[in-house]
Amino acid sequence: MFGSDAFRLIIGLLLAFGFAQVNALFLVWLERKVAGHIQLRPGPMEVGPHGLLQTLCDGVKLIGKELIIPFKADTKLFLLAPVLVFGPVLMAFLVLPFGPTMIIRDMNVGVLLVFAFSTFTVLAILAGGWASNNKYALLGAIRSVAQNVAYEIPLLLSVMSVCLVVHSLSFGDIVQAQSKVWFIFIQPLAALIYLIAATAETNRAPFDIPEAESELIAGFHTEYSGMGFGLFFLAEYTNMFVVCAVATSLFLGGWQGPFGFSLMLPGIVWFMIKTYFLIFVIMWVRWTFPRVRFDQLMNFSWKVLIPLSLANLMLTAVALKLF
Amino acid sequence: MDTSSSLTALAQAAFWITIGFTMTGACIAVFARNILYNVLGLALALTGVAGVYLFLGSLFIALMQLLIYVGAICIAIVFAIMLSRPLHLETPPRAMPKVVMAVAASAVFFVGLAGVALKTNWVPAIERSTDFSVVTIGHMFLTRYELVFEVISLVLLVAIIGAIITAGFSRRLSS
Repeated sequence: MFGSDAFRLIIGLLLAFGFAQVNALFLVWLERKVAGHIQLRPGPMEVGPHGLLQTLCDGVKLIGKELIIPFKADTKLFLLAPVLVFGPVLMAFLVLPFGPTMIIRDMNVGVLLVFAFSTFTVLAILAGGWASNNKYALLGAIRSVAQNVAYEIPLLLSVMSVCLVVHSLSFGDIVQAQSKVWFIFIQPLAALIYLIAATAETNRAPFDIPEAESELIAGFHTEYSGMGFGLFFLAEYTNMFVVCAVATSLFLGGWQGPFGFSLMLPGIVWFMIKTYFLIFVIMWVRWTFPRVRFDQLMNFSWKVLIPLSLANLMLTAVALKLF
Repeated sequence: MDTSSSLTALAQAAFWITIGFTMTGACIAVFARNILYNVLGLALALTGVAGVYLFLGSLFIALMQLLIYVGAICIAIVFAIMLSRPLHLETPPRAMPKVVMAVAASAVFFVGLAGVALKTNWVPAIERSTDFSVVTIGHMFLTRYELVFEVISLVLLVAIIGAIITAGFSRRLSS
């Protein structure tokens, strides 16, 4: 009834909140390690074994710092933006299938829920960038909007072709349908488009023009200090986990082992292995490819990704009707 | 009995909070003099409407509302900000004729909507159908409401042509 269901949601969201912190701490460390080893240096080494506690120290330092509000900034929006960017990201955890029974709520519109709440991120970035009263922040925010509009279309179209195959928008059903063959083998093009568009949606290099360090200092969060900046960082890394977890559920069989072999590992272990592998791939890409130019970015989405994903969707529909 | 009455009270409270959010957002969208506040207010109002859909029991429609209206429409209006005047400049005072015309237009629309709402013989949703699944909505769209569905796409076509003409004219003027 109401009571147990509401408690399930609340406890689930609290767990997700805790997980998001630990995940961000781990991912920042991982990113610095990956960057270090790609550039032939060890990365953080001093605090804890192999620098594992480095980000914990950084986090404590961020909490202790003063939150500076720039002169003539719009105070209300400036303080609202970091909260608005982090809150909606947590909603995605409601429907992510971590294991056969480890899903807070398997809704029949789960896929929609993830993408519906991801739209708030753009508005929050825009509000933060504009409220900072700084031209670099505003430029970064505007670039972020243009980029998100362009890449959300191929992202949703590639997700739709998977939903067409399964005839369902529920993560539970989608993962169940992959018990024999993962969808990356049935929908390879959609998987590739999803990964590219998701990289762009999370503002990751080579699509990180909203915060391009060499042009815009730090883009939309230039003026943020202390935990305001920390929340933007937390949201970015949580977002990265969410898009990779969605990719795992849609294309890599979720909590299931390859081709029906579970190899004695519990579902959540498989899920985490695949998700963190995808996150590693995204980091690998960041430290391998240079940043694209703005016009290249737009052309790539509107002239390559969108036509390809539309064609893929139509082919999928025709194939489903014929066979 | 006790739990059910407190549940009803809770649901009522949630409903009025949602309505409050919607109205606040709508007021910000109309009365604020800063276009970014307008857009964020509109986003708040549309999120509130999504909350009303949720209250009515259709999670699917609520999520589509978020995806389309907050995700697409508000972001499209953000593009209009990029085309408008720099934000740090002084905003000019409201032009009286425009205000009068806007009030008149929305009054006509309000009277029309209120008339329809009052004239309609409302039947509770539970008595008409209990099936609000995605599949049913899809079937309805492609059978009974096909015409409405297509006419809406015509509106979008007009908007696209209008955008192209506007952009084309301004480009010709500037070159």
